[in-house]
Amino acid sequence: MDAIILLTLTGLGLAALYFLVASGLSLVFGLADVLNFAHGLFLGVGAYATWWAAGNLPGAGPDGFGFVVAVAFGVAAGTLMAVLVELVLIRPLYSRTIEQVLVTVGLSLAGVALLQATWGADARPFPRPEWTRQVTSILGAQVPNGGLLLIAAATLVLGAILAFLRWTRYGLIIRAGVENREMVTALGIDVRKAFTLVFAIGGAAAALAGALGSVYFGTVSPQQGGSLLIFAFIVVVIGGMGSVVGSAYAAVAVGLLQQFVNYYGTSGLGDICVVALLAVVLLLRPQGIAGKVATA
Amino acid sequence: MTEVKSPETAAPPAAVPAELTEEPVRWHRVRPYLPLVVLAVALILPYSTLHLPGILEGALNSPGTLQLLAVCLVFGGLAAGYDLLFGRTGMLSFGHALYFAAGVYGTDILITRAGLPLWQAAPLAIIGGTILAGLIGAVALRTVGIAFAMVTLAFAQVGAILVARDFGGLTGGEEGLPLDVSGLPSGLVGVANTVNLYWLALAYLVVVVFVVHRVTGSPTGRVLAGLRDDERRIGVLGLDPYRFKLVAFTLAGGLAAAGGVVYCLIVGGASPHITSSELTLSLLVMVVLGGPGTRWGPVLGGILYMYLDHRLVSFGTSGAVDALPAFLSRPLSQPLFVLGTVFILAVYFFPGGVASLAPRLALLRNSLRLGSRRES
Repeated sequence: MDAIILLTLTGLGLAALYFLVASGLSLVFGLADVLNFAHGLFLGVGAYATWWAAGNLPGAGPDGFGFVVAVAFGVAAGTLMAVLVELVLIRPLYSRTIEQVLVTVGLSLAGVALLQATWGADARPFPRPEWTRQVTSILGAQVPNGGLLLIAAATLVLGAILAFLRWTRYGLIIRAGVENREMVTALGIDVRKAFTLVFAIGGAAAALAGALGSVYFGTVSPQQGGSLLIFAFIVVVIGGMGSVVGSAYAAVAVGLLQQFVNYYGTSGLGDICVVALLAVVLLLRPQGIAGKVATA
Repeated sequence: MTEVKSPETAAPPAAVPAELTEEPVRWHRVRPYLPLVVLAVALILPYSTLHLPGILEGALNSPGTLQLLAVCLVFGGLAAGYDLLFGRTGMLSFGHALYFAAGVYGTDILITRAGLPLWQAAPLAIIGGTILAGLIGAVALRTVGIAFAMVTLAFAQVGAILVARDFGGLTGGEEGLPLDVSGLPSGLVGVANTVNLYWLALAYLVVVVFVVHRVTGSPTGRVLAGLRDDERRIGVLGLDPYRFKLVAFTLAGGLAAAGGVVYCLIVGGASPHITSSELTLSLLVMVVLGGPGTRWGPVLGGILYMYLDHRLVSFGTSGAVDALPAFLSRPLSQPLFVLGTVFILAVYFFPGGVASLAPRLALLRNSLRLGSRRES
């Protein structure tokens, strides 16, 4: 029983991480048709900016309120990076899908190499508050606090994004744009502002994932984003592109499946099961759990 | 406008074509034989002891240089095979590393673990890689466009996990699997025989270019080009896009697996980094830098990319770069940073890659010449 609760909660922690990365990817893809390979870079930028801020920024630190400041700085850096990427690199190429993918691919290669050049290829210990290293006892299971922090953050982000999409004017434009972009443009709304906004949201969520994921793992390394990104892609495809709620469900399914199979089967088998799940979903329901048909 | 237009511009340009076309005619007569000339040069290259300081370390026929050249040639062939998907058919696959890795690890495992001779292991690895590509293509091709890219990426990731986790102790995990050379033909073993591996790589490149050339020229190739340009129209014409795409996907996978066999022999083993998605991404970079959908562009792109990837490491640690301030020298010592940046610039400013440079330069030269004729 203990083991099941522990696995469920750590699986949900993993799911939270996937969701934070996948929600932005899904929105960006649903609205702007951009498959963003540089999304892992936003995650890396967020993680390294938090790490840097905790050591160097006045007022920020590895503990208490200072840590909140450090994470806020990291999220701000990730958001800024995402907005800059959209404005400078993606915007001139709209409606040329392949070129956009190529640019984000180049950016992910160059960006990760730049992180590596600046801070070295090896993983570095991440400054984290003392309480995230400890465990909480829930129904007899010893659950690491870092995972609980991730779950709480992802739930908050999910709620915030849904509220934003539901009750604000820009949220309405984004929802309508995912549904039918040409029609929104035809109604005289500049949908490109919404593109920038969606990139900013995605960048912020990914940067948060980078910061809190580093807290969870205890280290930060340049390649962290790349390996998470592939599972985030899988989550996006399973969840249905453009659907935040679909991403959330798919993230939970993927995270739990991975965690349970890795524990009860051999290590690594869970990752393979996730891809098998992807194949099954594609064969039975190519449009994903929710929403738009998964075609370009 | 202060410039005064000369009256010559209004005159009919009767004299211009004669001078402009004379040279291209001569060039067109030579041009079909150019690949053969390059091939002949590449064949006799190992007999030269030429030193090219700054371009290559050591003489041309030194084993280190020959190995580098062989790797470059293999990747030229790989890029040409990948272009069959990306440039010719318009399929954006992010899982091509998987079939290459299937060739590398297949050969390595069959020789080292199962003890098969090379002449059995190599065809088995190629057939295995081709079947794998066919099976995965059959599932992945149910999606199109960007979703297809993601799905192939996911399948390739399974390959990477399988290799890294070392199920059954076959792949050697993170450390890789050195090739057991005791059963190999003696001509392919040892530093002194690197030249044979170089010729093998050259032969692989020639085969790939030939196959891609024949496929592109065939009726199937025209359907593939049609799929790239307008898939719906091919469907309307009564042809099944799925089948043609599967043929291209399987063929490209088989070519990549064959490249894997050659690569395994050249490097003398397998290491897990060849299964990474980064390898597929670099194949994409090679094709785009070289010029997608052209005969020689991807080959040039592949050769150039591998050469730069190798040489930029030593360039990055050279004195000239170290002397620069840290914020410049550190990024420059990362080959991927330089290549990634060049790649982004190429997407914006040279969409046709290296292959489009020659026509562009010719255009520029012609307009310059026209300009100078007008001035005089």
